[in-house]
Amino acid sequence: MSTEGRDAGNASRAKLVGAVTLTNLATQRGFLDAQAGVSVLDLSEVTQLDTAGAWAIASFQAAQRTKGREVSIDNASGAQALLLQTVVDAMPPSRKRRRRLPHHEAGDLLFDLGRAVSLFVTQLGKNVGFLGLVLSRLATTAMHPSRLRGTALVHHMQQAGLNAVPIVGLMGFLIGIVLAFQGASQLEQFGAEIYVVDLISISMLRELGILLTAIIVAGRSASAFTAAIGSMKMREEIDAMRVLGLDPIELLVLPRVLALLILLPVLGFVANMAGLFGGALMAWIDLGISPAMFRTQLATNTTVSHALVGLSKAPVFALIIALVGCYQGLQVEGNTDSLGSRTSRSVVVAIFLVIVVDAVASIFFSVWGV
Amino acid sequence: MGETVITVRNLTNRFGKTTVHQNLDLDVRRGEVLGVVGASGSGKSVLLRSIVGLQKPSTGTITVLGTEVLTDPPTETEANTGDPDGVQNRWGVMFQDGALFSSLTVRENVEAPVREKLAIDAATRAALADLRIAMVGLPATAGDLYPSELSGGMRKRAGLARALALDPQILFLDEPTAGLDPISASEFDNLILSLQKALGLTVFLVTHDLDTLHATCDRIAVLAQKKVLVTGTMAEMMKVDDPWVRSYFHGPRAHAAQPQGAQ
Repeated sequence: MSTEGRDAGNASRAKLVGAVTLTNLATQRGFLDAQAGVSVLDLSEVTQLDTAGAWAIASFQAAQRTKGREVSIDNASGAQALLLQTVVDAMPPSRKRRRRLPHHEAGDLLFDLGRAVSLFVTQLGKNVGFLGLVLSRLATTAMHPSRLRGTALVHHMQQAGLNAVPIVGLMGFLIGIVLAFQGASQLEQFGAEIYVVDLISISMLRELGILLTAIIVAGRSASAFTAAIGSMKMREEIDAMRVLGLDPIELLVLPRVLALLILLPVLGFVANMAGLFGGALMAWIDLGISPAMFRTQLATNTTVSHALVGLSKAPVFALIIALVGCYQGLQVEGNTDSLGSRTSRSVVVAIFLVIVVDAVASIFFSVWGV
Repeated sequence: MGETVITVRNLTNRFGKTTVHQNLDLDVRRGEVLGVVGASGSGKSVLLRSIVGLQKPSTGTITVLGTEVLTDPPTETEANTGDPDGVQNRWGVMFQDGALFSSLTVRENVEAPVREKLAIDAATRAALADLRIAMVGLPATAGDLYPSELSGGMRKRAGLARALALDPQILFLDEPTAGLDPISASEFDNLILSLQKALGLTVFLVTHDLDTLHATCDRIAVLAQKKVLVTGTMAEMMKVDDPWVRSYFHGPRAHAAQPQGAQ
């Protein structure tokens, strides 16, 4: 521990003692602050001096200078003098404390609202622009099918489609069970147990199967697309493609969009079948509706149009998920923070848009009377 | 001078079947600037990572400032982090691309070690961070920028500022001048030299830059054939009779880098 003293013989001389370093900076600064009147600082008994200590001495000198007093340094060793000089040369002018502008809560709220709205509108515009870009590339590729990257397409079909079959199947199966169970306990009160078949089949085929599949795929694949494309963007791979005359939309976005366009309907179908199976199983166990009875009821009361209405939404959902995932990936900037926030945003936006479109479609189909 | 601050003995590093180091020995003395050179893939960075405890070698002992880094890994032992005299508070490491924390501004990056290790009030901490930012030659406005907004050279300087934040005794620099323009690179050399003189630093410098070797290094260690082939001053390096060392220090680039005598 350091001890400080003031030269008794000369009141305008102060002596720093011991280590003047980062670890005991507070003590030494406290000592210096008490030496307001001195004109000479004696360093002869300083055992250790580092940049933090030198900074403390230099800022003491600067503070005294503003009051019109010069403080000189005495008995500094060669290394200490050099260090002090280095620090004095580098001393930045003390920063002015930034004053915050007076503000009001209501103003802040209005500001945030305005910014959110304008951000939303510009984002919407950019998304539509991106949709147009991808569609035009899709058209070009349709005219020159040889430009399609077959390997990439198959790879993404496996990643986003085939590998999602177990989770989508399980999800459908469990939803079927839940519907049968909940429906049974209500319909039993009217003796209308048999209509549990209609409940399961219509809700599953028309809405739940494809909607929940889309939500799962949005969580799985939109995030994966954003992370993959985003990390390529961060490592300048996208820029490398551009200067090589390769089109990142054609190379990265189209295979992903096409893979989901092809496989989301298939996944939706898997979910539908698993849901019917789960529902039939539960209806058999809980209500004693035999599989044969379930089949007859299903075939007579539920038309194929329900399944078609449900599956017709699949390509739209696929387009939304793939476009949002790829678009957010291409928006990633140079830092890791942006990759994380873009990935989470891509999932949120994709799921949100899927639900909005599903609601609109459901109104459209009911007005149209399908 | 003369006291050994880093001792590496019998260091062997293996990755699967590839052996990077085989019974490598190295001493670094207090107050010197040691340049470590070697071909790409000769394990310069691996050596640096081993010494600072990021890479666990297969065998060997490494002592830094009297602490065995391998038996008492400083990056893992919780007890060491709170100790201001713990070895990791007495060294500073500058990684190749700065390795700045991307979610913090430059000033916050430089403050971070001080904030975590020492109880120092916020105003002093910020002022010290500003001092270090100025000492490494960054403009005062750089303190408020995020790493992604900096150029490569500025990121290196900011990385150096962070490495200096705790006033270390040993400074590890991984390719400090790679990717810098010649003017910035020679400024960086001068910066390292003046800091080293003023602070009495020991500098462990991994580099490919012959100009840096000429300008800053007291001694040079050549990594080749999985060990430290030779160590010595620049003048001694010129006389070494090994084909690789010869071509390294006598190649066309080496001649360009040599100081032009007394001019």
